[in-house]
Formats: sequence, structure tokens, C-alpha cells
Amino acid sequence: MTIEHQERRRAFGFVTPALIWTCAFFLVPFAVMVLLSLAHLEGREIIQTYDLDNYVKIFTEPSLFKGIVVSLEITLIVTVISILLAWPLAWIIATQVPQRYQRLAIMLAVLPFWTSYVVRSYAWALVLGQNGVVMQALIGIGILDEPIQIMATRAATIIGFVHFFVMLLTLTIYSNLIQLSPNYARAAADLGASGWNTLRLVILPLTLPGIMTGAFLTFVLCIGDYITPQILGGNNELTMPQLIMLQLGRRGDFPMASALSVILMMLVTLAYAATARWLKMERV
Amino acid sequence: MRILSWAYLAAIFVFIFLPVVVLVLFSFQDSRLPIPPFDGPTLKWYATVLADRNMMEALANSLLVALISAAIALLLGFFAAQGLSRVKLPGSVLMRGVLIAPMTVSYLIIALGLLTVFNNLGFRPSLWTTGIGHVVINVPLCFAILFAAMGDHQKNAERAARDLGASELQVVFLVSAPMLKPALLAAYFLAVTFSWDEFIIAFLLTRFDVTLPVEIWSMLRSGLSPATNAIGSLVFLVSIAILIILELTVFRKSKS
Repeated sequence: MTIEHQERRRAFGFVTPALIWTCAFFLVPFAVMVLLSLAHLEGREIIQTYDLDNYVKIFTEPSLFKGIVVSLEITLIVTVISILLAWPLAWIIATQVPQRYQRLAIMLAVLPFWTSYVVRSYAWALVLGQNGVVMQALIGIGILDEPIQIMATRAATIIGFVHFFVMLLTLTIYSNLIQLSPNYARAAADLGASGWNTLRLVILPLTLPGIMTGAFLTFVLCIGDYITPQILGGNNELTMPQLIMLQLGRRGDFPMASALSVILMMLVTLAYAATARWLKMERV
Repeated sequence: MRILSWAYLAAIFVFIFLPVVVLVLFSFQDSRLPIPPFDGPTLKWYATVLADRNMMEALANSLLVALISAAIALLLGFFAAQGLSRVKLPGSVLMRGVLIAPMTVSYLIIALGLLTVFNNLGFRPSLWTTGIGHVVINVPLCFAILFAAMGDHQKNAERAARDLGASELQVVFLVSAPMLKPALLAAYFLAVTFSWDEFIIAFLLTRFDVTLPVEIWSMLRSGLSPATNAIGSLVFLVSIAILIILELTVFRKSKS
């Protein structure tokens, strides 16, 4: 046996435990779930029928299909708003804040990350409630006469999500920006580009990897999240994770919950395909 | 441009900090509802929370699950990174893909898959099943961080140690691990944080012994209360303390 063989065998030995764990507790359960999505719930019994009835039902029954639409709409709106808010923030920290305070600034910008996720949604419920700080302030300065309903609407869900993902995107875009050589901006200026044009035509395209990495993460986390829509959005319009939890809780309909999960998974795969060419996860 | 920048910075920081400030401020509220006007300060809600047996048990459970599951995930991730970074194996791209895959899947789906399998096997939901789920989500994280941190210069040191007669375990624990100390610590603490804060897996895979996020969740169902603010602020305070300690020790040293 050659040394190279030995090395390979050892290397393989090192990888095996993690592979076994991931297979046993991730790939196998996922496969089981896909099989289960082809089954039926009859009474309390799950009967394996290997048909696509659950999927047909999802696309034909309005209450279920609406979940897909609602989830996609919310996720896309959140992703776009978050990018628009995060990019200037990342750019200001990377270029306008003095070097020695940058680390502090970026840490402050993501400080609320360190509150518990459930608690953060609860805090937004406090802020946005009928008697919350925002309503009181708006009435106090005379913009509103009486409180308007934000809680338990889509707006509240979106605000809660945007808050979280602005922080996330600021991180990915910032780490992209500080890797750019200042020579790009200098060259553009030498060639006669105005400050605005340099920003728009040179710097912005160079930050696409950071934007897309953040956007993909936003998409995955946002479309799969149960907490924020449940606490802030309420039960008026249900997102896919809320529907999945409803299937589990109310009737123990695991097959339908599985089918919805498989569709959720497919949407994430589509998002991955759309952003893949910019994704450089290991660099961020 | 300057003024505009600072104005934007100020505005967005207000947005980012608004919920945290409101959370902490109204944890000191005297009356029963955490809404304006503020009528504190009082520490009575902290006393309430700290005296709450269920809450303290949940906190201990969370800590236990987080510390142990993160340690297992770190070990698995570290070994995997060690194996995949040293030689090109047939199928290494596929193996990397499999190891990273759980990262791109919603926790809800991971939880649902595990719940289905555990139900079929007759495993009762418990802190153990939750811990297993948390290892699943943290292996990719630890693997990715450590794989990125392993470079040529480390490979050379390992090879040198091996040539000088070090055993495989000696190489791993006496050469590789110390060289990767900052990355190992960063990966471990991130994994602890992820597990500590994770809700949906813990929600679906625990029943009687629950973790802190699940306990807080059930507290929310009884409506708004400054007690929720208090426990939320406490968790935040602890996280910040850990962050500052890490920043002052590990990362400062690793930079210099």
C-alpha cells in the first residue's frame, strides 16, 4: 500500500463520522419526508399510496395555494427592501467611518442579532402595537390622530423581517466592500467618472457577490421562518411555515405537512439556482 | 455627502436599536403592561423571572443542550475539515456538498424530518432529540469555518510533525488544533449561540423538558408582560457579555 493510499484512507476516516451523522439525521429523514408526502391521512392512519394527491391539492385548494403566494410575496418584498437599506449602511461604514471605528460601527449595526429571535419578534410587537411607542410618537407629533392597525398585518411581518435581514445583509455587503481595492474607484475617477457614476457603475457591480450571498440567505431564512409571521403577522394570512405547523398541530397531517415542506425546499433550490453564480459563501 | 451619510446612519441605527431599547426599557416598567408611558424603574420583573422555576429549568436545559451539541458539532466538523483539506479524495466535492447541505434547508424542514423518523422509531421527544437536531444544523457551520481556516502552511506543519514521528492523534490535537485555536473558538461559540437561540427544532422535538426559547414562546401566549421583557433583556445581556469577552480575548490576540 502506498503512502498516498494510507493518507487517503486516514482522510476518509476523518470525514466519515460527520458524513454518517448528516446522512442519518438529515438525508434519511429528508428522504422519509419525501416518501411521506406521497401518502395519505385517512382518519388517524397514514396510508402509503405513492401518488401526487397532496401536491395536486396544494395547487388547487385556494387556502393552501395562497400560502405559497403569500410566502413568496413577503420574502421578495423583504429581500428587496433589506438590500436597499443595507447597501448604503454598509457603504457608509466602509468608506465614511474612520478606519479605527469601523469594527465598532459594524458590531453596533448587528448588535440586536444577539437578542433571542423569539424575543426580538416580541419586542417588535411591543413597538408596533396600538399603544406602542411608534403610534404614541406619531400621535404625539401630530402625524396621526388615532392609532392605525399595523400589528397582525403583513406590514408588521415585513418590518420584523427587514430589521433582521438589514443586519445580515450589512454584514455580507460590508465584508465584500472592504475587500475591494481602492484602485477601482481611483481609476474610475482618473478616467473622468463622477463620484455618483463611480458608485453606480463601478462599486455597485463589484459588490454583487456580497449582495447575492446576503439575498440568498435572506430568501432561505425568510421563507422558512415560522416565528416572525406567527407573532407579528397573526393568523389573517398564513405563510407556508404557518400552514405546515397548522397541518401538524390541528390534525397531525404529516403527509400534507411533508408535501408543503418539499415545495418550500424546491423554492429554495430555485433561489439558489438564480443566485448561484454570485455565491461565494466561504468568503463572507 | 458627509451630512447625508451621517443622517442616514443615525436614522437606520434608530430603526435597528428601537426594539432593543423598548425591550430593555420596559423590563423596568412598574405597571403590568410594557407600553408607554414608562412608570418605572423597578427590578421586580427580574425577581419574578429569576424566581420562576420553569423558566430557570428551561434556561439550564438550553445551556446544557447548547454546550454539548456545539461540542459534538465542533468535533465532527473539525475532523471532517481535517480529512477533506489534506488530500483530494474521490468524491470530495460530493462529500462537501452533503456536509454543507443542512445549511441551505429551513430548520422547520429539518425538524419535521427528524420528528417523522423519531415518531416511526418510537423515540419520545426530549432534550436528546433536540440536541441531535442542533448538531445537524451546526456541523455545516463548524465545518465551513474550519475548512476555510485550514491553509497550506498548516498542511506543511502537519506533514513535518508526521515525518518526525507524531501519531495521527498527536498531529490533530497537538499541531492542528492549536494552530486553529481562533477558528475553533469562533466556530464553537457561534454553534453555541445558534443552538441556544434555536426555536423550531426545540419546539417540535421537546415535550416536557423544554428549552428557553420554547418557554418564552409559551409565555407570549399569555399576552404582553414586562416579565417577558425581563427574561429577554437578561438573555441579551449574557450574549453581549460573552461577545465582549470573546472580542477582548480571542479575537484581539488573533489579530496581533
